[in-house]
Amino acid sequence: MIQFILNDKETSTDLPPGELLLDLIRYHKHLMGTKIGCREGDCGACTVLIGETVNSKLRYRSVTSCLTALGNVQGKHVVTVEGLNLEVSGQGTEKLNPVQHAMYKEGATQCGFCTPGFIVSLAGFCLSDSDKSYENAIASIDGNICRCTGYKSIQRAAKNIAELMQQNKGDVIEYVTSNSILPEYFSGIKKRLLELNSKTNGIEKQTADPKKYLGGGTDLYVQQHEKMVHADIDFLFNKIELNGIKKEGNKCILGASVTITDLMESKTIKDAFPDFRKVNKLVSSTPIRNIATIAGNFVNASPIGDLTILFLALNARIVVSNEISKREIPLREFYKGYKQLDKREEEFIEQIWFELPDKDHLFNFEKVSKRTHLDIASVNSALSITMNGKIISEAGLSAGGVGPIPMFLSKTSAFLKDKKISEQLVNEAIEIAQSEISPISDARGSEEYKRLLLSQLIKAHFITLFPKVHLNSLFTNAEH
Amino acid sequence: MQNIDSITHVRGESIYLDDIPLQQETLFGAAFGSPIAHGKIIHLDISAAEKMAGVVRIFTYKDIPGDNQIGGIVPDEPLLAEDEVHFNGMPVAFVVAETNEIAQAAVKSITIDIEPLPVITDPREAKEKGKLIIPPRTFSLGNIDKAWKKCTHIFEGIAETNGQEHLYIETQGAYTIPQENDCIKVYSSTQGPTAVQRHMAAVLKIPMHRLEVDVTRLGGGFGGKEDQATAWAILCALATYHLKKPVKYCLHRMEDMRMTGKRNPYSSDFKIGLDKNLKIIAYEATFYQNAGAAADLSPAVLERTLFHCTNSYFVPNVKATAYCCKTNLPPNTAFRGFGGPQGMFVIEAAIAKAAEALGIDASEIQKKNLLKDGDEFPYGQKAESEAKNCWEEAEDIYEIKKLRKQVKKFNEENHLHKKGISFMPICFGISFTKTFMNQARALVHIYTDGSISVSTGAVEMGQGVNTKMAQVAATIFSLPLSKIKIHTTNTFRIANTSPSAASATADLNGKAVQMACINLMERLKPVAEKVLKQPCDKMRIEEGLVHIGNKKTELTWGNLIATAYMSRVNLSEHAHYAPPQVHFDPTIEKGHPFAYHVYGTAITVVTVDCLRGIYTFDAVKVVHDFGTTMNPVVDLGQIEGGIVQGMGWMTMEEIIYDKEGRLRSNALSTYKVPDIYSVPEEIKVHFLKTKKDNLAIFRSKAVGEPPLMYGIGAFFAVRNAIKAFHPSADVKFSAPITPEKVLMSLYPKKERSQTIKEAYHIL
Repeated sequence: MIQFILNDKETSTDLPPGELLLDLIRYHKHLMGTKIGCREGDCGACTVLIGETVNSKLRYRSVTSCLTALGNVQGKHVVTVEGLNLEVSGQGTEKLNPVQHAMYKEGATQCGFCTPGFIVSLAGFCLSDSDKSYENAIASIDGNICRCTGYKSIQRAAKNIAELMQQNKGDVIEYVTSNSILPEYFSGIKKRLLELNSKTNGIEKQTADPKKYLGGGTDLYVQQHEKMVHADIDFLFNKIELNGIKKEGNKCILGASVTITDLMESKTIKDAFPDFRKVNKLVSSTPIRNIATIAGNFVNASPIGDLTILFLALNARIVVSNEISKREIPLREFYKGYKQLDKREEEFIEQIWFELPDKDHLFNFEKVSKRTHLDIASVNSALSITMNGKIISEAGLSAGGVGPIPMFLSKTSAFLKDKKISEQLVNEAIEIAQSEISPISDARGSEEYKRLLLSQLIKAHFITLFPKVHLNSLFTNAEH
Repeated sequence: MQNIDSITHVRGESIYLDDIPLQQETLFGAAFGSPIAHGKIIHLDISAAEKMAGVVRIFTYKDIPGDNQIGGIVPDEPLLAEDEVHFNGMPVAFVVAETNEIAQAAVKSITIDIEPLPVITDPREAKEKGKLIIPPRTFSLGNIDKAWKKCTHIFEGIAETNGQEHLYIETQGAYTIPQENDCIKVYSSTQGPTAVQRHMAAVLKIPMHRLEVDVTRLGGGFGGKEDQATAWAILCALATYHLKKPVKYCLHRMEDMRMTGKRNPYSSDFKIGLDKNLKIIAYEATFYQNAGAAADLSPAVLERTLFHCTNSYFVPNVKATAYCCKTNLPPNTAFRGFGGPQGMFVIEAAIAKAAEALGIDASEIQKKNLLKDGDEFPYGQKAESEAKNCWEEAEDIYEIKKLRKQVKKFNEENHLHKKGISFMPICFGISFTKTFMNQARALVHIYTDGSISVSTGAVEMGQGVNTKMAQVAATIFSLPLSKIKIHTTNTFRIANTSPSAASATADLNGKAVQMACINLMERLKPVAEKVLKQPCDKMRIEEGLVHIGNKKTELTWGNLIATAYMSRVNLSEHAHYAPPQVHFDPTIEKGHPFAYHVYGTAITVVTVDCLRGIYTFDAVKVVHDFGTTMNPVVDLGQIEGGIVQGMGWMTMEEIIYDKEGRLRSNALSTYKVPDIYSVPEEIKVHFLKTKKDNLAIFRSKAVGEPPLMYGIGAFFAVRNAIKAFHPSADVKFSAPITPEKVLMSLYPKKERSQTIKEAYHIL
């Protein structure tokens, strides 16, 4: 039995733990404010907040309920749009909380179907620990698609909400409840979660012979929704031993259930990759990053997985386990063919580790897609370089969307070693890279385009990492 | 004033089709669509699906009691395929089961044996093979053959626009509930309740008066639910008819994308001739419209392409011919702009091509040829133009000279990034071009407590029409909005409605509301006169009290109504409105089809990342002719939303069908609409106040469709930026201008290997 708090009420269900949170909310709890737009995490109409206690602090994150298994909300607080409505009597706008009022006032709702998702995401911004900047307010709704407004009115509303939240200097929960931004019951949730989890033991009981391992579910539920609902699932997402980012000496160790958001918020990662936020923004959307795990990205084996490409360049190692024994595999050797892994069915990824870069290290991630954000790349690429003075002492170049697997371009990487940066070097590297790839034409671009695009992204790596080196002719065309 | 629906929207309390509480024993439907695009059905095997636990019944065309036909303009579209299939996804069978999950699973276990026939996806190929849905139509003005001889410059070319998925966030759906005496109550997410009712009656062979279609609101329509909502409602009704049980079907997004039609793609030829002063003397265009596998609304869409083929320009000699080409795609349909944008894109391409060849900016030609009062459109109507006002005001308030200088300077200083500017004037005719459709009705009741209910044929889908209807009633009665309730759109209350489309919904229905309210007020005046014992011609209500002129009386609105009721005065009014002046004769292709035109000009500025082939929009700055807006919040929302939707069509929204007619961009992961980061940094909208009288409700011009066409400016701005990087780049007039097309234009193939070689040479 799955138990959690739904808005202000403790609730439980005997539905299979693989059932989707969205279907429970709408068709069993009859909370119809959470809408269905796409059932693949690409529109945000079904966004809800998930609250849990992390390091003895109540933490809320937005998720798309269409990809969230009930097993993953065991012992947590689930907030739908109904749970954000203030319990005030009154008429018209008196009934609106400030988030709702900002959207109302700016005319930021037209047909209204996407609106609850925006309200929930913006409430997530209010509840989050992040800096209450306008940029972060917008980031909180980067997974919400609106087909009516053109977003300008929504941006105006978000600005008002950010300004309201900037006035808070203390505890967020205290601020939002005492200022009638969110309902009063939020102030009691931390205690109630503690009680709930002491009763339920926190983690969903596992079946003896799990047929499916589940992380965040953002790929599995898109691809195998019907299968997953009734599958025997081992829920990895909430396991304490699979969470957390550790630094051991020069090694950075990620638990398999570390999400992209965890990565972005980690001080270790921020210190090592000051530009990581920029990378993060190119990967999916906030509600997806909140549940999508790094290990899940690896195992999904999409030839275009952003995180996979990133960690291929960093030469990450993965530790797979079957609960009895473990083995370590370089990520660069993990992929054996299209969607084929060096992993047996009973194995799951337990850990990922990589060497933290030193001060001579340079890293860049590039991605181009039809839509710059919340899209799957046409081609993506990462370059990791260690410099010894003016000489490249180590290079790792990876590229996605240019072959059946996420590719580590070993020949090109080897070629770059011990070389000095020059235009010629870049052009030669491009030519070698072209010999290593085998893109195909599909909905994300023609073969010809993907070849050209990878060349451009390799140029972009060098132009970004070596702004002082004269690389002008790399980006002019024959006429100039 | 804000949209009256927004309070329930933001609280998650608004009811859409899938939110209606279910009646007991409700069953769930799912359609089995053809797996291939064209062929003869040899055998349909539903035996395995029928045996599945929880499957109640599977319907095929054999179960249809009436006509198996849902074509609106041309009867060429069966509800369920009989012997042949004409597009991938064409409904062949309808499964009804105890749960949605079972229905979906049963659909997967249906098999079909089809003998394939040749698949056509290209409209030009269809035309070559004589596959036309209606005979071609031609609009002409002046004498095109003579005109060419007078031209100093003549340019020809091809322009193409792809389709566009509506992507209403609420998918198609319907819920049908049996009533006594063989009546059916139908909840449908439709823009055309009467279309649903009419076709349902024919398919089920029962009279229309037994079919109550009710629509509270839609989670977006954009034209996609004008005709294409019908099939799903009738499939549910067919099952309800046989089973006497409620049946519901809300399409999964991937079903919706695969089975429903989209904006019509067009491929067009153009020829443009100018004199030495850059006046356009002659324009000839041939439009090949990709209609898909059935007529649907395509013939009407085609007509509007012809109406708008010269956009906002006066051209004295025009010949425009359009072919409605039958292909094996899902029947394409209405989409905001309704063929207008497709026509305008072509003349904008022609102007861009001419400007490029002449080495000038396209805006020089655009500005010289803007419509003036009295200029004749190719269809005979005379312009009452605001085109120049909008353009000049835009140049002035947005400081175009300064802007151009800034862009020039930026482009000189930056190699990696280039900026481009474009102007996009628009002129859009308001009215259904089928004259008979320009009619609407409103039913207004005043209850004995003084509260008022209003029903019309207008469907609320986010455009704010309910708000405008409430404003009309509140204004005529001079009562607060809290006294007015707008009710659902219901075919038992309002009959024979035109669909909510053509931007005309607020005008037509609003005028009907206005008439009903005025009639009621007139009827109340004698009542007031009796009570107050004085003439009440100048009666109005203020703060709940009857005023005569500026003089307050003691008579409250409540007492006035109570007295009227006790005096047996009719407190209900049903009014009918049909706009005057509007007519069009398709035998000569001339007339006065539009009540009025809406004008405007948009300036678009883009920055292209010439290394990666991606772009961001700096600004879209608009001067728009609103007449006198009756609701600035709603109208601004329509402009902003329309611009972004139009830009999506021109930039990132790419519909991909393969040669077998299978949709490859079949989910939100492969079909991308604008997100919050992809919209212009700045959208400025200046409300041009125009004084001319018009037929709009309260002189507040229609605003639904026109702004979409500002988005066309995005294409030409990107194109200009590419040209700034690579002046001789061959950028095809092929929209959308995706990052792929941008990069391939920036680095043409023949130059690519050379770049690498030259780089070697430099070092």
